[in-house]
Amino acid sequence: MNDSATQAAIESVARNSYGRLIAYLAARAGNVADVEDALGDAFAEALKRWPTDGIPEKPEAWLLRVARNRMIDAARHHQVHEKSEEYLQQITEEAQTVATTHDQFPDERLKLLFVCAHPAIDPAARTPLMLQTVLHVDAARIASAFLVSPAAMSQRLVRAKSKIRDARIPFRVPDPPEWDERVSFVLDAIYSAYTTGWDSLAETSSTHHALAGDAIAIGRTLVQLMSGEPEAHGLLALMLHCEARRDARYASTGEYIPLDQQDTELWSRPMIDEAESLLRKAAGFRRMGRYQLEAAIQSIHAHRAVTGDIDWPEILLLYEGLVRLAPGIGSLVGRAVALAQTGQPAAAVAALDEIPEGRIADYQPYWASRGHVLRMLGQAKEAEKAFTRAASLTDDPALRAYLFGQLNC
Amino acid sequence: MKYALLVHQPQEAFDKPRDPALAAAGKAYGEALHAAGVLVTGAGLQPPHTTTLVTVRDGKRQVHDGPYAETKEFLGGLVIIDVPHLDAALDWAARNPAASSATIEVRPLIGYAGA
Repeated sequence: MNDSATQAAIESVARNSYGRLIAYLAARAGNVADVEDALGDAFAEALKRWPTDGIPEKPEAWLLRVARNRMIDAARHHQVHEKSEEYLQQITEEAQTVATTHDQFPDERLKLLFVCAHPAIDPAARTPLMLQTVLHVDAARIASAFLVSPAAMSQRLVRAKSKIRDARIPFRVPDPPEWDERVSFVLDAIYSAYTTGWDSLAETSSTHHALAGDAIAIGRTLVQLMSGEPEAHGLLALMLHCEARRDARYASTGEYIPLDQQDTELWSRPMIDEAESLLRKAAGFRRMGRYQLEAAIQSIHAHRAVTGDIDWPEILLLYEGLVRLAPGIGSLVGRAVALAQTGQPAAAVAALDEIPEGRIADYQPYWASRGHVLRMLGQAKEAEKAFTRAASLTDDPALRAYLFGQLNC
Repeated sequence: MKYALLVHQPQEAFDKPRDPALAAAGKAYGEALHAAGVLVTGAGLQPPHTTTLVTVRDGKRQVHDGPYAETKEFLGGLVIIDVPHLDAALDWAARNPAASSATIEVRPLIGYAGA
């Protein structure tokens, strides 16, 4: 392995162990914040020491030992013996015993994911909370990805953690009939991390790019933890299909390239294969859902690499299903585009017209799609208006240039 | 852990004549709370026009006719329950027949975090 691969492997082990420890300790303490304080230093120490000392045989035991020493130091330093601190030390000792006596440290991260995406948590805090607690993503990086000041993001996270502690949000995996809804909150929070990492990125290797990678990492963990949940497979498949196209989205000269014109040679074959395999596995459960449908649509686009064309009738069928299950603005617009591509541009305009005014005002893909559909119908003037509106709604300079370029087609 | 389930209702809910079916459902809900062993206490409140507001400022007692004029919803009643965690409290809040028209605010009580 080269240095960066070794570094990535070390980070991955450290993050995995850290997430397991936070989940285990927080579930017992009913408190994320204090547990994080205790383990944060240990995590930093691991990233410093492991590259030279090697990854310890029992990474959780190693982290706990450092954390425990820090806790004892802190207690001496502050000379406080608060009940909560004593309790935290006690459960840390217990965890240490578990870590040294078990081959594998117990994985209770699923409970932590359900807490982060609990309906009693502010929706705007769920994704950041998940990134911070499960993967130990740096708070400043989360703030920058979500376009808020570090102070505002830190306040949002602190508030969410206080709520978990004070309202006693339980660390538990919900049972049916709650399960489906609660799983969808977890999936949505992960997907939101991915789309935040995807939306505005002209520059690769940015914080946004890293965030998309973090989302995929949580998606992989989720598939492990919910091996019987088809939608978890669907979500990971969807993210991998999109991620596979990262290098094809912009020309080397920086121009935006729409999906149906991307050079399929630039798509990542291993990611597409993994996505396809996940989708097949999901289909085996015979329970359709939003993320499986969205991934299936991306799968058809991916198939262009093999067949050279796009099966639009199949895409339309999938969008019909998606609109019934999850009539979000994205699926409504996608369905209209599929109508236009299957030779029904008039029906496409009608479908676009049906979408309520309030949902389209700032939704760029609606106006871009409207432009394309109107142009198919030969309504050049109206199409230009729509493209102009779309161009004014994007923050991506390359996409803006592309949309303005449509005016002269 | 003790939680207060506070029932907030718009003025119209107080103006309507008493619905015997709803009253029976409310009574059954109270009995269910009791039977489950989670009920600490509970009370229904008279309509908002019966409210009187009291403050003491600079040692001077001030009494005003209530309720606060700008309030859109009013406290109609409350139940205090003792359950293991928030999810259990939310389940009981959702079972309250008033939840289909009113909003139930679920708030943990101070000083019972360890209980």
